[in-house]
Formats: sequence, C-alpha cells, structure tokens
Amino acid sequence: MALLSRERTPIAFLKRIWPKPGLRREQWLIGYLFLLPDLLGLFVFWAAPMLFLFYLSFHEWTSLGPMTYVGPENFVTLVGDDVFWKSVKVTLIYLVGFAPSVVVLSLALAIVLNTKIKARNWFRTGYFVPYALPMVVAGVIWAFMLSPGFGIVNYVLRQLGLPTRMWLSSVKDALPVVIWVGIWKRVGFYMILFLAGLQEIPEEYYEAAKIDGAHNWQLFRYITLPLLRPVLFFVVLIVGFRAFQVFDEIYVMTHGGPFRATYTLMYFIYERAFTFHRFGYAAAASVVLFAMAMLFTLVQMRYFGTGAVE
Amino acid sequence: MGKALDIVQKTILYVILLVAMMIVIFPFIWLISSSLKAPNEVFAFPPDLLPKKLSLENFYTLLTRYAFARWLFNSLVVALSTTLISLLLHSMAGYALARLEFPGRNLLFLGIMSTYMLPLQAIIVPRFLLVKSFGWIDTYQGLIIPSLFHAFGIFAFRQFFLGIPKELEDAAIIDGCSRVRIYWTIVLPLSRGIFLTLGVILFMANWDAFLWPLLITRSSDLRVAQIGISTFMDPNITLWQFVISGSVLTMIPGLVLFFALQRYIVRGIKTTGIRG
Repeated sequence: MALLSRERTPIAFLKRIWPKPGLRREQWLIGYLFLLPDLLGLFVFWAAPMLFLFYLSFHEWTSLGPMTYVGPENFVTLVGDDVFWKSVKVTLIYLVGFAPSVVVLSLALAIVLNTKIKARNWFRTGYFVPYALPMVVAGVIWAFMLSPGFGIVNYVLRQLGLPTRMWLSSVKDALPVVIWVGIWKRVGFYMILFLAGLQEIPEEYYEAAKIDGAHNWQLFRYITLPLLRPVLFFVVLIVGFRAFQVFDEIYVMTHGGPFRATYTLMYFIYERAFTFHRFGYAAAASVVLFAMAMLFTLVQMRYFGTGAVE
Repeated sequence: MGKALDIVQKTILYVILLVAMMIVIFPFIWLISSSLKAPNEVFAFPPDLLPKKLSLENFYTLLTRYAFARWLFNSLVVALSTTLISLLLHSMAGYALARLEFPGRNLLFLGIMSTYMLPLQAIIVPRFLLVKSFGWIDTYQGLIIPSLFHAFGIFAFRQFFLGIPKELEDAAIIDGCSRVRIYWTIVLPLSRGIFLTLGVILFMANWDAFLWPLLITRSSDLRVAQIGISTFMDPNITLWQFVISGSVLTMIPGLVLFFALQRYIVRGIKTTGIRG
C-alpha cells in the first residue's frame, strides 16, 4: 500500500518504478530473460501437473473421450480396494525395511572410513561404485545371481550345505530381495554424504573430549550425532522419498509379483494408469502417495527440528 | 594386553570391511564374466566363475539381431543433451538469482524452491497426460524437454555464483560491458568446476532414467537402452544372455565417468547436497 499511496494515478506509479535507462533497466530485462526458460519449464512440468493431479483425481478419464466429474468417488473406491491397501502395506514395509538399515549401514561405513585406517580410499571408492549403475541394471544383476535354477547364490548355498531358496519367485523372499538391492545400490552414496558431514566436524572436539576421558560411544553420542544432525536429516528425507517412489527395480525384477508381494503404491499407480487406463483413479492414488511423502517430511521436520534445514 | 586387543579389533574390522567390499564388487565381476561366456554356458550349472572360453557371441547377437546399438545411441543422445541444455538454462537462472536485481526476485526463488520437495512419481500421471497432449509421445523432445527442469540445478548454480567475488564483475560493469557479455566472458570461464561437477551428476541421473522413457516411448526406434534391457525380461521367458550383455554395455558410460571424474562427483555431493 505504501508503495502505491505516494502517487495519485497508476501511470505516475508505473513511471516511478519503471527502471531508469541504463544499468537498472538492463538488470531487470536480463534477469527476467535468464529466468524465463527455467520458470516456464518448472511451471509446465512441475506446477501444472501438480494442479492437474488434484483436478484429475475428482474425474474419471480413459484419456480418450471426455472427462467426467465424479466427485470424491475415486477416493471412496480406493478405501474399499484391497489391492490398494495391499500396495500401501508393501510400500510401508519397504520404507521400514529400507530406510533404517541403509541409514545405519552408510553411517557406520562413513564413521569407520573417516578414521585413519589403511586403504580407506580403496574402500570408499569400492562401496561407492554401485552409484554409477542405473537402478535397472542393479536389479538385473541381482535377479541374475538369485535365479533359483542356475544362479550363483543358490549354488554357493548348496556348496556350503545350506538350504537354497526361491528368492524372487517366493512370496516371502521377494520383497526383502528388492529392499536389499536398494540398499546395495545406495549405501555408498549415503556414505559419501555422511563422510562430507563428518569431515566438517573439527578434530579438536574429539581430542578435548578424549582428554576428559570420554569413551568411543560417548564421542559418538555427544559430538558426532548432534553435529551430524543436518546431514542426518537430509539423508533420512531423501531415503524416505526414495522408498515411496521405488519402481524401476521392481519393474524388471518381479513386475510387482509374485502374488503382489512387491506391489508398491507406485506400481499400483502405474498399472491403474497405463495398463487399465483409469487415469482419474490413478491420480487419486497419486494424491495418497503425495500425502504420504509430505506427512513423512513433516514428521521428520518435527523430529529433527526445523533448525536442521539448511 | 591392550595392544593385543587392539590388533584383534582391527583384524575383525578389516575382515568385515573386506567381506562388505566383496558383496559390493562381486556382482560386477560376475556380470562381466557371465556376459563373456558362450550363450549356453551362461546357464551352466554348476556355474563357472570365469568363462571356459572367451566369447563375444552374446554381444554380437545383441548388436546385430536386435537394435541395441540404436537404443544405446538414444540413451546417449538423451542423457547428453538433457545434461548440456539444463546446465545452460540452470546457470542462466542461477546467475539471475544470485547477481541481478529485479522486482520479485526472492519470490520467484521461493517459488522455484517449492517445487524441489515434490515427489516426481506422484505427478508422473498428469505430467504424462500433459506431454501426450503436446503430441510428444515417441519423440526426442518428449524424452528430453520434460527432464530438463529441476530446482536442484538452479539452486546449486545460485549458491556457486554467490560465492564468486563481485569485484571481478564490477570492473567490467564500469567499463560498460553488458550483463550478457559479463556472464559469458567472465562468469562462465570461472565456473568450469561447477559445470563439470553438476554435469557429471546430472548425466548420471539422466542415464538412470527409467519410468519416464518407459511411458513416453512406444516404438523400438526411440527406446533407450535401459528400457531395451527390460524388454528382454519378460516374466514368462527371460533372454538372460541379452539381459546381461546389454547391462554390461549400459553400465560402461557410467563406470567410465565414475572413475574418470570421481573427484568431481564427490565434491558435487559434498557442496550441494544433491537429490537422492
């Protein structure tokens, strides 16, 4: 208001804020021009789909012919859909199986490889290599090694006199295998993130605490953990996001099977939309996925405190 | 006594680290070794650790009977062009946000960053429908353009440019250089490091893309290698010899970049946080 009140007419106002010739006008022009492509792209491919998602979730549409408004019917159908609940359950099991183990493992590796042990650069590089693989290839490799018939893993088990397993063909083993592949692929990446955080912590803190007689556990609990909080928060967040969105390896390894043992929410959405062409229904399920991810973020922010966001 | 305990502890630690290393690395060795076996030896039981006789037959069949070369080419074209174009766009946007003053700048930055927390998979259905309505199914632009935009790259460039001393540009401004020329001749040459760092990370991410190419392409001509591999993995019958040889070819660019530019990847992850 204060901005407007000085002038009597809009023209006078525009005249005042319109950039004077020279540097300022150039900055305005170039500034908007440089931002324009990215702004446009983010709007068309992120913001617009987000808005369209909510609109679509209240409609029925096969992508051909007209869209029909159905109100909250899609959501009502979801609540009564056993397959949907199964997929939510699988997603939550994936989250619980994947997130804590990958965070603990990568943190442990980072702590060990942050000490002055021999060949630590070799270890760092080695654990980090799977980062360079496409997720699909990671899934392929493990599906190949775990083949019940000719796979090397069963062969080794047999040589050791242990019982062999059906792995991806078994309702009980399939989801743990999928979780394992996710851990195998990403543990090195999170390790690098943790290492970056650990290297920021000044060595003197540990030395001072050691002089005061602190044990290893105390060093970890009272120095490492608190100072690593921002990194930990970030890692937990992206690990969670990864868990909610898991798709690629499931598509190549199990197609959601056997008997929907690995049927994640994302797989549910994929099949509703692209196999059954129920786009409105898929959008409703996507809204649930979105809500779950947001809820997860909020809980983490609560737990870690907003101060951790940098 | 204390020293002996120390040695025992250390030994245990090394054993654990080595076993973990084996678990991480062995699948690579096994994949490469299997791909070099004769087609029928791939399924031999008991399996041979190394091929009885080195054979390139799997690769030969894959490249001649199937269009795998074309699919690899598509992957390269898509990942490279996506990376290069997004580097250009994000560096421009980052420069504007870091250095130029214009009304609404902070608001726009906030708007950009608010897209950062959106899970892509949740909006993939409406995004697909939107891109389909542009008529971009089975086109290179359908593969490339939607993947160009991500708040993360803009953010990384903005942070980097904020760290460059302003004085370097001030002299040029006094000399009457235009902003576009400053960006092109002063700022960009100073930014080689971040271009390489972000470039390799974006390339890896684009090389990993699967769901989007799966949705947006139907014809074999536009298939990327990652999708090509999955077409050999029919739930009823998997053509393992092509799955593994295709996987070996597909992982080569990533591994080459990884070992050549590992320093930059690590630095990039450290300085910018990075999307998962």
